Amino acid sequence: MELALAPETLARWQFGITTVYHFLFVPLTISLAALVAGLETAWVRTGKERYLKATKFWGKLFLINIAMGVVTGIVQEFQFGMNWSDYSRFVGDVFGAPLAFEALIAFFFESTFIGLWIFGWDKLPKKIHCFCMWMVSIGTILSAYFILAANSWMQHPTGYRINKATGRAELTDFWKVLTQDTTLVVVFHTLTAAFLAGGAFIVGIAAYHLLRKKHVKVMRTSLRLGLVTLVVSGLLTAVSGDLLGKVMFQQQPMKMASAEALWDGQAPAPFSVFAYGDVSKGHNTVEVEIPGLLSFLAHDDFSSYVPGINDVNKAEQEKYGPGDYRPNIPVAYWGFRWMIGFGMASFALGVAGLWLTRKKFWLSQRLRTGDDEVPHLALTKDKALGDGLSKWAWRLAVVTLGFPLIASSWGWIFTEMGRQPWVVYGVLRTSDAVSPGVSQGEVITSMAVFTALYAILAWVEVRLLVKYVKAGPQELSESDLNPPTKIGGNDSDADRPMAFSY
Amino acid sequence: MHLHDVWFVLIAFLWVGYFFLEGFDFGIGVLTKLLARDRSERRVLINTIGPVWDGNEVWLISAAGATFAAFPEWYATLFSGFYLPMLLILLCLIVRGVAFEYRHKRDEERWQKNWENAIFWTSLLTPVLWGVIFGNIVGGVKIDADKNYAGTPLDLLNPYAILGGLAMLALFTFHGAVFASLKTVGSIRERARVTASFLGMIAMGLALAFMVWTQIDTGDGKSVVALVVAAVALLAALAANMFGREGWSFAFSGVTIAALIVMLFLTLFPNVMPSSLNESWNLTVSNSASSPYTLKIMTWCAAIAAPLVMLYQGWTYWVFRKRIGTQHIADAH
Repeated sequence: MELALAPETLARWQFGITTVYHFLFVPLTISLAALVAGLETAWVRTGKERYLKATKFWGKLFLINIAMGVVTGIVQEFQFGMNWSDYSRFVGDVFGAPLAFEALIAFFFESTFIGLWIFGWDKLPKKIHCFCMWMVSIGTILSAYFILAANSWMQHPTGYRINKATGRAELTDFWKVLTQDTTLVVVFHTLTAAFLAGGAFIVGIAAYHLLRKKHVKVMRTSLRLGLVTLVVSGLLTAVSGDLLGKVMFQQQPMKMASAEALWDGQAPAPFSVFAYGDVSKGHNTVEVEIPGLLSFLAHDDFSSYVPGINDVNKAEQEKYGPGDYRPNIPVAYWGFRWMIGFGMASFALGVAGLWLTRKKFWLSQRLRTGDDEVPHLALTKDKALGDGLSKWAWRLAVVTLGFPLIASSWGWIFTEMGRQPWVVYGVLRTSDAVSPGVSQGEVITSMAVFTALYAILAWVEVRLLVKYVKAGPQELSESDLNPPTKIGGNDSDADRPMAFSY
Repeated sequence: MHLHDVWFVLIAFLWVGYFFLEGFDFGIGVLTKLLARDRSERRVLINTIGPVWDGNEVWLISAAGATFAAFPEWYATLFSGFYLPMLLILLCLIVRGVAFEYRHKRDEERWQKNWENAIFWTSLLTPVLWGVIFGNIVGGVKIDADKNYAGTPLDLLNPYAILGGLAMLALFTFHGAVFASLKTVGSIRERARVTASFLGMIAMGLALAFMVWTQIDTGDGKSVVALVVAAVALLAALAANMFGREGWSFAFSGVTIAALIVMLFLTLFPNVMPSSLNESWNLTVSNSASSPYTLKIMTWCAAIAAPLVMLYQGWTYWVFRKRIGTQHIADAH
């Protein structure tokens, strides 16, 4: 079966669907692993029960989430070969290495230690059990690093040469691939954004319970952890995003011009707040702008020149031959805005939340609350939000849970679609990367099956999450509070039911 | 010895690791219907692999990743050529992984039953699919001058490859039964041994037939040694099982699987995917490998990471060394 579509269209849709879906789980996995490890460390060090309850509660949600992250990740590794075999042939020498590193170093870490953590409650002394979660966390971070190094090479190829005899890219400097600007900044940005997602996740769920005045002790601790995470990571996401923008203005001016729908180069260049235009005519019909801001974002001064879409297109035509080197501009433009908008909205909520729920600072005695009370939302020293407004504030916090995930999805759609028509910028076109031997019928089949299966699993996963969120933290049992002192479990426990079983 | 030869050996090693380890957890999945009498016995079986199955699966991820890095052409031809079997494997691995994690998370009967069915069918299908894929790799498929697969999906379902699929299924199920007898207590342990004897005979028939066919078609002096090792190890595993030496039986069933995979790789070398259309279109270790520089970096990575992985994965098995029985399974869930 062959449709009247470019061969790469279906493969791109499939990659988009499976990757965006996979990346809903990734940021939560990265951040929750570290946050759960932090909570467990607090339990080990202080012995306070609320930390153990929080560890177990967030740990359970983390596990529901990571299960999906792991299985959808296998698809990622296979589909380079399945749908993009010419890409794999061309870049395998360079791109394959970080992928193999990821498997050999990061995935083994993650998967082995997660097993120990899940089943190890009654088999490991608490310090070692806690150590396992830190290992999982290191695994997730290393995994992000290696795969982002590979992706950064697609954004900005370096440390390689083209072998004329084989026509393939060959690695010449692996260190450069691992440490180039693009890699470091992208890792910084992706990790901070991941913690934004984890912070919002915790804040949203804690707010859900606090709104209902349930599980107050655990949820108050969690809320604070979530809000601090949200604010710190929000700030760092903005800083790293700014750095990444500057790198991209250098390396992929087309992507950034498209992000701004800046058709013709200007000095000083304005930042676009809203634009509506006609891609075929190459200009905007409606524009709302902040003068000079784009120059600042690109080069740290308010007057420098930023090239426009038409300029870069012309330059690339001269360099790479005739053709259209523009990505899908509305997607780049709006994707960029949704990324920033949703990301910064969750950051703003974090700041507001941290202020409103403060414990003592600039707060009259009357409005102060104990550890087991729902905090008043104190606007000023003596004035708190009324009951009605407070309710809405908590509800808003619940909704914000999804904002960073929307932001990171659009971030990836922007950065990947903004690189088009290239799959490896300036080196390999996406249309030259697909599998020549795979029929459109096969791609349609796999796309349909993945989409259907992913939709079903999304339904299953969300319902499970909701169930366990609503149930709240469980009461601790005697054996929870008395973890084994011996590796493999205490001998006296030999015939006791396992603390956890499938 | 060239670095690409080293990597051929290392990739064979990763596949051996994968089939040795995930082999028994596929087997356990199949045995949830063959061996377990009720839900709590099913849960005993599932929990014998609970802490380790995920780590076992990473051997596959590593084998695929290493193939991508060390032999990009092999990776590209294999995954695009065997598109539909690879798709089915992905679906099985997705559903299987989720099934282990989610099965116990709701109490509804239908929910648990659905996931139990999922565990059984995905554990049964995946080994067959891998066997079919390896049968086709070794047997050779239509690969054109551009290194692309030129056959149809149906070409992959030839008798030799199907026999390979059945042989793998039988071997893994046997391996799983032996593992079950090693890791459980109570009546299920005794029944696991009986089932293992029975499965061992079937595995003997299918695996021998597959290996002899391989030997006649593509074998040489070295592969026949692997064949003999596999056959002797399988006999030894059966005998040890009969005498109740569960540890030895498990070690020998593992050796059988390893020897089978080694045999397949021996008959392949120096090809990685022979073409049935024209010998000069064969993918070989030299014409599909990465540059020496990449292989050198990868060798360093593997030299450091692989022993470490075996160390901490081995430690995991030691932590969870105790046998489990129905008394260890909590009622709730």
